[in-house]
Amino acid sequence: MGKIVAVTGNEAVAEALRQINPDVCAAYPITPATDLMQRFSGFISNGKVDTEMVLVESEHSAMSACIGAAAAGGRVATATSSQGLALMWEMLYIAAGDRLPIVMPLVNRALSAPLNIHGDHSDGMGARDTGWIQIYSENAQEAYDNTIQAFRIAEHLDIRLPAMVCMDGFIVSHSIERVEYIDDDKVKKFVGKFKTVNPLLDLDRPKSFGPLILTDLYHEYKRAQHEVMTKVAGVALDVAADFEKMTGRKYELFEKYRMNDAEIAIVVMSSAAGTTKDIIDEYRKKGVKVGLIKPRLFRPFPFKEMANALKKVKAVAVMDRADSFGGYGPLYYEICGAVMTLEKKPLMINKIFGLGGRDYLPDQAEYVIDELIKIAKSGKVKTVKEYIGVKE
Amino acid sequence: MTTKPLRLRELAKGEDRLTHGHRMCAGCGAPIIVKQVLMATDYPIIAANATGCLEVSTCISNFTAWKIPWMHSAFENAAATISGIEAMYKSLVKQGRIEDKQVKFIAFGGDGGTYDIGFQSLSGAMERGQDMMYICYDNGAYMNTGIQRSSATPFGADTTTCPAGDVIPGKLQNRKDLTRIMAAHGIPYVAQASPSHWMDLMKKVQKAFEIRGPKFMNVISPCNRGWRSRTDDAIKLSRLAVDTCYWPLYEVENGVTRITVKPKEKKPLVDFLKPQGRFKHMFTPENEWMLKQAQEYVDKQWDLLQKEAVFSGGEEKVEDKPEAAPAEEKTEVQ
Amino acid sequence: MSKSKGKKFWEKLPAGSVVLEAGSAVKFKTGTWRSMRPRWIEENCIQCMFCWMYCPDMSIKVTAEGKRGEFNYEYCKGCGICALECPGRKGVKAIVMEEEGK
Repeated sequence: MGKIVAVTGNEAVAEALRQINPDVCAAYPITPATDLMQRFSGFISNGKVDTEMVLVESEHSAMSACIGAAAAGGRVATATSSQGLALMWEMLYIAAGDRLPIVMPLVNRALSAPLNIHGDHSDGMGARDTGWIQIYSENAQEAYDNTIQAFRIAEHLDIRLPAMVCMDGFIVSHSIERVEYIDDDKVKKFVGKFKTVNPLLDLDRPKSFGPLILTDLYHEYKRAQHEVMTKVAGVALDVAADFEKMTGRKYELFEKYRMNDAEIAIVVMSSAAGTTKDIIDEYRKKGVKVGLIKPRLFRPFPFKEMANALKKVKAVAVMDRADSFGGYGPLYYEICGAVMTLEKKPLMINKIFGLGGRDYLPDQAEYVIDELIKIAKSGKVKTVKEYIGVKE
Repeated sequence: MTTKPLRLRELAKGEDRLTHGHRMCAGCGAPIIVKQVLMATDYPIIAANATGCLEVSTCISNFTAWKIPWMHSAFENAAATISGIEAMYKSLVKQGRIEDKQVKFIAFGGDGGTYDIGFQSLSGAMERGQDMMYICYDNGAYMNTGIQRSSATPFGADTTTCPAGDVIPGKLQNRKDLTRIMAAHGIPYVAQASPSHWMDLMKKVQKAFEIRGPKFMNVISPCNRGWRSRTDDAIKLSRLAVDTCYWPLYEVENGVTRITVKPKEKKPLVDFLKPQGRFKHMFTPENEWMLKQAQEYVDKQWDLLQKEAVFSGGEEKVEDKPEAAPAEEKTEVQ
Repeated sequence: MSKSKGKKFWEKLPAGSVVLEAGSAVKFKTGTWRSMRPRWIEENCIQCMFCWMYCPDMSIKVTAEGKRGEFNYEYCKGCGICALECPGRKGVKAIVMEEEGK
């Protein structure tokens, strides 16, 4: 067993990066991710890692340098948040399209305007379609564990795609929690040596990265990219199985909490799942058959498995910590897409909560469960989409 | 590595590191520049390329004209991309995972990708001290998207976004003097070159490759489509740019400015402007002021450069400003 | 789309669209673009090699001794830079441009 420590989410992920020892990092500071790379820079200054750090002048350049470094042929990591991710947007697609296994902790934070530095999922959801693998974490332990697993998934020879490891800004990134660290040598062995695929630094076999591809082949390249995504869930599960052997900590594509006999369910990601689980326990004591699903792998989204998990449920509340203005919350769409294949579909509602770091409090979870009970009983949904926790 | 002698017949025996079969327009200046740069040295080179004419025309589908490792990722980030490549090289060499083969790193970008959208990433890479050379092929507009104005577009030029009309006669601002801005970064080597003066250009590349740290070279790159000139005059026009002092050839090495080619006689700017359709409207009687203003700007800049060369210790004294010679055609070889 | 070895066409594309064959552009012949054709008049050639240095299309063949050879018409786009820059012998050009197909 490794060391048990009391650390913040950022500290835990920085520790994971130290243990993994990436060859190159390129980063730009942004709250609340700043602290992560700051700590990692300390490891560089003190000779704890071999990493070459490129301290760029913007997130666009951070991702560009990561892309160059990854194409050159080595292990690459960066971290960002919110506006930083938004500035990277163009390059995110290129990292994925070029099939470069960059790992990026994303400390989820709201997007401007108005300017806000606190946690919500608007940034990650905006990068939904970029071709990156997205893994969401509930707490510091998960952020640490997921970071280690992300390198294995991203760098897998059948995958070679970039991966984001998400944790809630401040709520997780800056809160001190109990985290169990894995021993350095175990992490190194688990992640393994980096295997190069078509490295640009191979002078004997010069390659050209980033050609212009027009109507003759672009569609086919995208088809191939989609195919790779279909293999991610299987690899993620294999990696999780190895991880469980090493640590005893079990990870799946999503977590099911008290779902076995559940008649109603809440689907919610990241830190809010913890609060919700406590309230579910309260309702269970009262005999309410309520369960929770916490998606972990958001991209690619495990539609089939999700449908299977929800097939016996009468009513589902999907809680989004982000909004698609003029539409439903992004997670809601995913769950709708999943249950579409079911013959008997659950009734569905969508709650938008916690934007810009607004506290998600127990009474909000109670409010949602109470509504689900009513829906399950009446078979009727009054309002599909609703903001909760709003000052009125 | 000993510096390669620049004898044409010896150079000609070498292998082209940018092959034929690229799809740049007939008579484009950019491939001439790239060829001269790559030919100047035998060091292994890895290049990044900003989106632009050079990039789209040299690597399409599974056809690449590059025989060196080459990467394009986006428009505004060639300097950042090559920074990442260079960082990985440094990291792997440091860890003993690859052998140090004295690889040289180059980023190529057009003026749009360098002066404008890529300016920030270029400035950042220079300040960080990346061991790289950034080479801008400056054709003075966004040629790849159809001749739109850039901050490198010279005063008066007619482009598709500052068309010479009845009210506004083309671009009303002077071009950004990027070479001097790069020199102001205090990097070890900055140069301005022209493909017409191949020896000067290649010597600058050779010098740059012997210096560790960030280097910048700005090269004038005639574009017959955008300049509305002939397909055969890329070299003639780039030579005229030098001879009129519109595009002086100089270098700034560790803060010392040296003019590397001084025109024997400074030709009037109209010699450079006249063969180009983008300046045609300036030759009407009502726009005479434009020619005057353009000449005054060139004179001022040239004067400043000469003074700077003296102040910085690159030249002994300011020579008398040569009188502008009357326009005449002369067959000149270097 | 053609199928071979059970793999679909798109499955055979290189990952990340990387071009694995350096200099593969030589398979793309740009000589068909030409409307004007340069003609080399060897007796007027002083072997200055300027045409070779200034050719944007690497379309001037070089002999093993480093001397100028024929044009490579498979790639020459007919821009005419070589002809304009050619100093010739005593002012008589060693390269002239002629209309293609005449």
